[in-house]
Amino acid sequence: MATVRFTSALQRFLDAPAAQVTGATVGEVLAAVFEARPALRGYVVDDQGAVRRHVAIYVKGEAVRDRAKLSDPIGPDDEIYVFQALTGG
Amino acid sequence: MAERLHVGTRKGLFELARRNGAWDIVDTHFLGDPVSAVLAEGDTLYAALDLGHFGAKLWRRDGAGEWRELAAPTFPPKPEDAGDDPHPWSLGTIWVLEPGGVPGRLWAGTMPGGLFRSEDGGDSWKLNEALWRMPERRKWLGVAGGEQPGINSVLIDPRNPADIRIGVSTAGVWATTDDGASWRIINRGMYNEYMPPEQREEPLVQDVHRLARCAAHPDVMWCQHHNGIFRSEDAGATWREITAIRPSKFGFAVVAHPRDPDTAWFLPAIKDERRIPVDGKVVVARTRDGGNSFEVLRNGLPQRHAYDLVWRHALAIDATGERLAFGSTSGGLWISEDCGDSWTAPEARLPPVSVVRFANS
Repeated sequence: MATVRFTSALQRFLDAPAAQVTGATVGEVLAAVFEARPALRGYVVDDQGAVRRHVAIYVKGEAVRDRAKLSDPIGPDDEIYVFQALTGG
Repeated sequence: MAERLHVGTRKGLFELARRNGAWDIVDTHFLGDPVSAVLAEGDTLYAALDLGHFGAKLWRRDGAGEWRELAAPTFPPKPEDAGDDPHPWSLGTIWVLEPGGVPGRLWAGTMPGGLFRSEDGGDSWKLNEALWRMPERRKWLGVAGGEQPGINSVLIDPRNPADIRIGVSTAGVWATTDDGASWRIINRGMYNEYMPPEQREEPLVQDVHRLARCAAHPDVMWCQHHNGIFRSEDAGATWREITAIRPSKFGFAVVAHPRDPDTAWFLPAIKDERRIPVDGKVVVARTRDGGNSFEVLRNGLPQRHAYDLVWRHALAIDATGERLAFGSTSGGLWISEDCGDSWTAPEARLPPVSVVRFANS
């Protein structure tokens, strides 16, 4: 199973514990997380399901490339990190 | 009289109460987070947050209870044939929250220009698709040169909750008389002096900063426009420029007296690129004769090296028309209990103020 970890910055607003889920793509993995925690969805993706502009998702040390359709593949034991993309000083 | 005042800022929501004749901060909420809109309805308080990384959020507190996050308004899936829409189909900011005139109903004006409605006290929201799908909506210009237009004012006719006017930055004044089933742009008589000459009087390009409406005489409306102030006596259909305003005609905020159709307050500033008070003095302009003349009120306001600007939602009036309050980009907050004749400042150094609102109780 893949493991999804969320930035601690989210904890100020809602519970976002690490989750172990199955899925072949970033979108499938996140969908599984959001099914269990619907309130988390709007913090990570926008109304059209794309990654929020100031949120970053990394898989195996690389930023995911498809931020609109979330089609990047996920391996069975991958770790996915969701955190805020810092854009200011 | 309202005994509570809510002040939304760049760094949290501040709740003030009147005790022994003085206003003081009695509670703080969402410290550190930008607050973009506030509404207090009876014992229920709504706060919209504009989280930089994580999007726009909506919270509600019932009575003295805990805050609870509500599902924020969301746009429907963007259809394939909307690929050339210049504006995102995704909530940017909840800019204004208004009661809808019937129990449970709320309206939310947002960036990028979506108008949302709730019938259950904010638990769920639905986009007004009639307005969003109008072809003219794609021509709306962004706020302050940005990408996203915004609905800055939602004025419900107290006589008929299906009769609504909205102000748009930047796209003039829009009206529905059938509960949002259809919309039309209505503002005649305004002009936008920064547009090319042939475009100046076009209703769609009018840079309406904020609208206000007299509750007891709802056909009377006031507009603080980018290049002046205007008044309408026919619910926004036609507008007449008010030229007697002093010390300047630029500004963002306006409030109307709830009963007297001839009384309104404005916060004049130096326009456009500078956006500071005239001569470094914070003043309030009040008319009591329908805009024929203005008094410049300054008693209790800083009159030396003050560079406070007041945004469009940061001037408030209570239901009596006697209490007013405004907050500034420099974190100033002033309250009047005598229609603006004199002002006091609570002891605080606040973050930049985005919204000020009295409780409607």
